[in-house]
Amino acid sequence: MVVGPGTVSDQAPVAPDPAGGSVPGKAIEGRSLGRIAWTRLKRDKVAMAGGYVVVFLILVAVFAPLIVKLLGDPPNEFHQNLIDVNTLAPKGGTGISGDHLFGVEPQNGRDIFSRVVYGARISLLIAFLATGLSVVIGATLGVVAGFFGGWVDALISRAMDVFLAFPLLVFSIALAGVIPDKAFGLSGDALRIAMLIFIIGFFSWPYIGRIVRGQTLSLREREFVDAARSLGARGPYIIFKELLPNLVAPILIYATLLIPTNILFEAALSFLGVGVRPPTASWGGMLSDAARFYTIWHFMFFPGMAIFITVLAFNLFGDGLRDALDPKGRR
Amino acid sequence: MNDESGAAAIPADPTGRTAVPADPMAGAAASAEAAGPTEAVRLSDPVPAEVMREERAVKGEPLLSVKGLEKHFPITKGLLRRQVGAVRAVDGVTFDVYKGETLGLVGESGCGKTTTGRLLTRLVEPTGGSIEFDGRDIAHLRQGKLRPMRRDMQMIFQDPFSSLNPRHTVGTIVGAPFRIQGVKTEHGVKRAVQDLLKLVGLNPEHYNRYPHEFSGGQRQRIGIARTLALRPKLIIADEPVSALDVSIQAQVVNLLDDLQNEFDLTYVFIAHDLSVVRHISDRVAVMYLGKIVEIAEREKLYTSPRHPYTVALMSAVPVPDPARRDRAQRERVLLTGDVPSPINPPSGCRFRTRCWKAQDICAKEEPPLIPRLGDAASHQTACHFPIVEGETVEGRRPVSAPTP
Repeated sequence: MVVGPGTVSDQAPVAPDPAGGSVPGKAIEGRSLGRIAWTRLKRDKVAMAGGYVVVFLILVAVFAPLIVKLLGDPPNEFHQNLIDVNTLAPKGGTGISGDHLFGVEPQNGRDIFSRVVYGARISLLIAFLATGLSVVIGATLGVVAGFFGGWVDALISRAMDVFLAFPLLVFSIALAGVIPDKAFGLSGDALRIAMLIFIIGFFSWPYIGRIVRGQTLSLREREFVDAARSLGARGPYIIFKELLPNLVAPILIYATLLIPTNILFEAALSFLGVGVRPPTASWGGMLSDAARFYTIWHFMFFPGMAIFITVLAFNLFGDGLRDALDPKGRR
Repeated sequence: MNDESGAAAIPADPTGRTAVPADPMAGAAASAEAAGPTEAVRLSDPVPAEVMREERAVKGEPLLSVKGLEKHFPITKGLLRRQVGAVRAVDGVTFDVYKGETLGLVGESGCGKTTTGRLLTRLVEPTGGSIEFDGRDIAHLRQGKLRPMRRDMQMIFQDPFSSLNPRHTVGTIVGAPFRIQGVKTEHGVKRAVQDLLKLVGLNPEHYNRYPHEFSGGQRQRIGIARTLALRPKLIIADEPVSALDVSIQAQVVNLLDDLQNEFDLTYVFIAHDLSVVRHISDRVAVMYLGKIVEIAEREKLYTSPRHPYTVALMSAVPVPDPARRDRAQRERVLLTGDVPSPINPPSGCRFRTRCWKAQDICAKEEPPLIPRLGDAASHQTACHFPIVEGETVEGRRPVSAPTP
């Protein structure tokens, strides 16, 4: 048993007297493992800092139009007047000013701040939905493989191996070449985004699937599953009522750690030109543009920092979440 | 985890018995117990009066009748899963359990007693034999047909830390039987659960708490409450106290005892602890390597064991009293060698490889489980050369041997 804040002996002042010293008639509220993990997480300053940054980034993405209206210019507006026509660099090196907090792009003078803010939308949208897709596929197939075992497990496990061995980058580049402008009732950026979500989500489910399968295998042998069986519980009851509540923690942890991976993957695809098409702003696309102007530091610095901070924040938060939810697994 | 004393108030013992002898297997606690009222079981001692109790079993129709029960776990090899052998975990077990009695099932680790318990509740399907419960053979019944029968037959699990889902509240855990079986309760599930918690000596206000907030003994009580929810006729208790603290074992065993009196329950009590089994059982079956070697009324088995294995098993119970320990040491039977593999068990009598009385016939002929040496029909032994009372046991430790 984990001697943590949850055990009765540790919490003598907080937990009501087990002998029944509490107000009669009123049921004593138990402290669920989730609530204990939350108190533990709140004490982890690094993880909480990461969490705040994540929340901040989500708010930035959601309120991007508002922020840009207040602090910048529309992301696709050209400011040729700020560009030195001979060098194509912004006048004064970066063009950083009160109007353009992160400066302007070389050549066409678009506002980098608003493009970074709008880029957050694309990055987070794709990363979250792709992670959601892989969690749904991975958790479902992982539970099925672990619970039923036998040939079902063998089949799903081999499928995971195939997916993990797939040359994904080459495949995505090839797919981007053949993707039409219109398909599945979507067109333009929407289609591109849907494609990215599908590619990233569909090929990263084995990461979740393996974890869930392993956890299911060990949970299946626990006696509470036998207890449910001996009460006459059917398979779905055991999966949804007994196993799944115990799988929420690992799924949550690995989903949080999968998001930054997906952000990086999306950036890489956008960098290679597979992602959304210009002029729509994306961090990877901006880096790709900036690579042509490598002497102009700020063009690469701000989108690069955006990726770096986002990935770092998610990773710190995910690590803290893992420590909080699974104190035995630390180190 | 010392909040046991508070919530674990046990109803007064109606028969005036003292506490169950605490587990003498826990060596460290043995000396401390010597001063207390606890009494360890010894082969040659007369039965201590306080351990005696009225024989409550009324022989009638057997509630559970097991015949030739077998479970062979296949060993497969290679890509095609070709079966190359089988672990004969339970290999032809036959016994009856009568209404209202407690049958103790003892044996060392790996002898198949837990598998037997899991077979009885059909958590695993037997390879052969029949399990007749309440007049119906459930050995190969499909799960769908078995579901309504499960109300009458419940199981208490060994490890209270693993048998309760850590993500569920006590209310959810104890209320699960009602939900799974679709049983309607008169005043709602919550009320029923709280009544059950009260019944097992827990605070009903702890309804919303989680298992990790309880000690081992309290958790086992939660498990017992869940077991009782559907008012079963038969309870299979798979080493229900072996994971518990010695001091808590007595409380839980006494609770089981009281519940049996109150609800007219029938128990199959699986354990490796002979003193606990002696306290709670009416009859005791001794298992060795997947077979029952001896089955008898409790007092008969403890006072005049017939099978050499039973003798060895009982002499292995440590004696807490230093004054008597010396004599006990001299009478201890030390078995040599390991338990043979259940994959390839010895021919004839399975115990012959470790038996000091083994002769040629033991390897050739398997001794049937029948009454020996003029015993009553209820005392059956599977041995060609059963032990006679007062017989000098050859396998005992020499007098001069230093006490460890």
